[in-house]
Amino acid sequence: MTKPFEPMIIGFTCNWCSYRAADLAGTSRKKYPPNIRLVRMMCSGRLDPVFVLEAFSGGADGVMITGCHPGECHYIEQNFKALRRVLLLKRTIEPLGINPQRLKLVWASASEGNLFAKEVETFIGEVRDLGPLNWQKRAMRNDLRLVESLPEEVPV
Amino acid sequence: MSENGKPKFAMYWAASCGGCEIAVLNIHEKILDFDANFEVAFWPVAMDAKYKDVEALEDGEILLTLFNGGIRNDENEHIAKLLRQKSQIMVAFGSCANEGCIPGLANLSPIESLFETVYNTVSTENEEGIRPQSSYEMPEGTIHIPEMYPVLRTLDQVIDVDYYMPGCPPESHQVAAVVDLVISVVKGEAVLPPKGTVIGAGNSTVCDECERTRNVKKIKKFVRIQDIERFDPEICLLEQGLICNGPATLSGCMAKCPTSGAPCVGCYGPGPRVLDYGARMVAALASVIDSRDPVEIEAILDGIVDPAGTFYKFNLAHSLLKTGKASWNGN
Ligand code: SF4
Repeated sequence: MTKPFEPMIIGFTCNWCSYRAADLAGTSRKKYPPNIRLVRMMCSGRLDPVFVLEAFSGGADGVMITGCHPGECHYIEQNFKALRRVLLLKRTIEPLGINPQRLKLVWASASEGNLFAKEVETFIGEVRDLGPLNWQKRAMRNDLRLVESLPEEVPV
Repeated sequence: MSENGKPKFAMYWAASCGGCEIAVLNIHEKILDFDANFEVAFWPVAMDAKYKDVEALEDGEILLTLFNGGIRNDENEHIAKLLRQKSQIMVAFGSCANEGCIPGLANLSPIESLFETVYNTVSTENEEGIRPQSSYEMPEGTIHIPEMYPVLRTLDQVIDVDYYMPGCPPESHQVAAVVDLVISVVKGEAVLPPKGTVIGAGNSTVCDECERTRNVKKIKKFVRIQDIERFDPEICLLEQGLICNGPATLSGCMAKCPTSGAPCVGCYGPGPRVLDYGARMVAALASVIDSRDPVEIEAILDGIVDPAGTFYKFNLAHSLLKTGKASWNGN
């Protein structure tokens, strides 16, 4: 029997708004599926595009970045920088064969626990529909020295 | 050591264009110093030699091998492994061996479409639709040609590499400096840097070596060099809207391209502490776009015609993603 596909999502949340939104979702016992692993950053502007590529090449099926609403950034306008980076990153990964829908940017303020939970749930659904990305195995097959350590049972 | 007491040298080309060999010859009269200090054991582009001559050498008998080119077929892989076994010092020489370079861009396409491009374009005369086959029956027996792999790999994805010397091709003054260093090491006057060191390059970015004037970068429009009649000869090219890869690229070339008015394309590979070349370019360009409006940002980004090809022109095979999805499909 094959197990249903459960996407692995990495979430990068900003300390001031969206991480608190996630916290609020938690304290108000708002349920969302456990597929997302959150990484807290000080600001969405701290998002180095390399984090996203590391997530994809390390096995993530989707990456979600959350920041404060435009105009509400704790560091004035760094969330606009995140917006520009995400838009350019989407254009960069698409020709490589990564559907840009696997990368999502969401604005959530500290009081929007419900919205946060809902967005996470929607995104997990979208990525589930896209299916597994499997990039880790692909990248490992490109490195002959790592091929030996590839687990046999996983189809590439 | 050879009979005349000189240490042995080898240089090999795998998937590459031959420019690296020319860069070595471009060291002019220094090549005589080189000849005085080394015996060439194997250098197919410069002199006749057979693989069996290399096979006959003792392990470690070659002191220094400069290996250029990526690993695209089983012959490349075989020779890389053979030379590794026979060499004390293995240098990944030039961008292809280091990071894939232009041949590495083929990792965006499946092998069938590469063959299609090469053997079946409008300008190709190939009415019988002949394609390379790795083995072919002849009356005299079976003949083999190297089997092409689905992707191009960098040298260090196949064998253990001692030093990395980047550049497409490495600048001749850098080659000369490395030759000097190795000769002094042979004479016992210097020691080798730690294994894994990037040699023949700087330790900063091309921007740092570039003498163009920099002001605050605020970009409203990206342009291509053919779109504009005249660029300011003094000011940073990126500020003028040209995509210049200087901010992500390792120094060592003395910023030749931007100095002469062409944007840096990134042939020296990722700068210090740059984990992924393309990611660094995305970060750098997104930071200097002067807009907060998603629609306007998209319109500005339309000016970057081929983001993956521009940001990974030299580095795809060694990037975090290493390949496009298409190249592995069906394999
Ligand atoms: S971006 Fe290009 S032109 Fe500008 S300083 Fe850097 S290397 Fe020079």
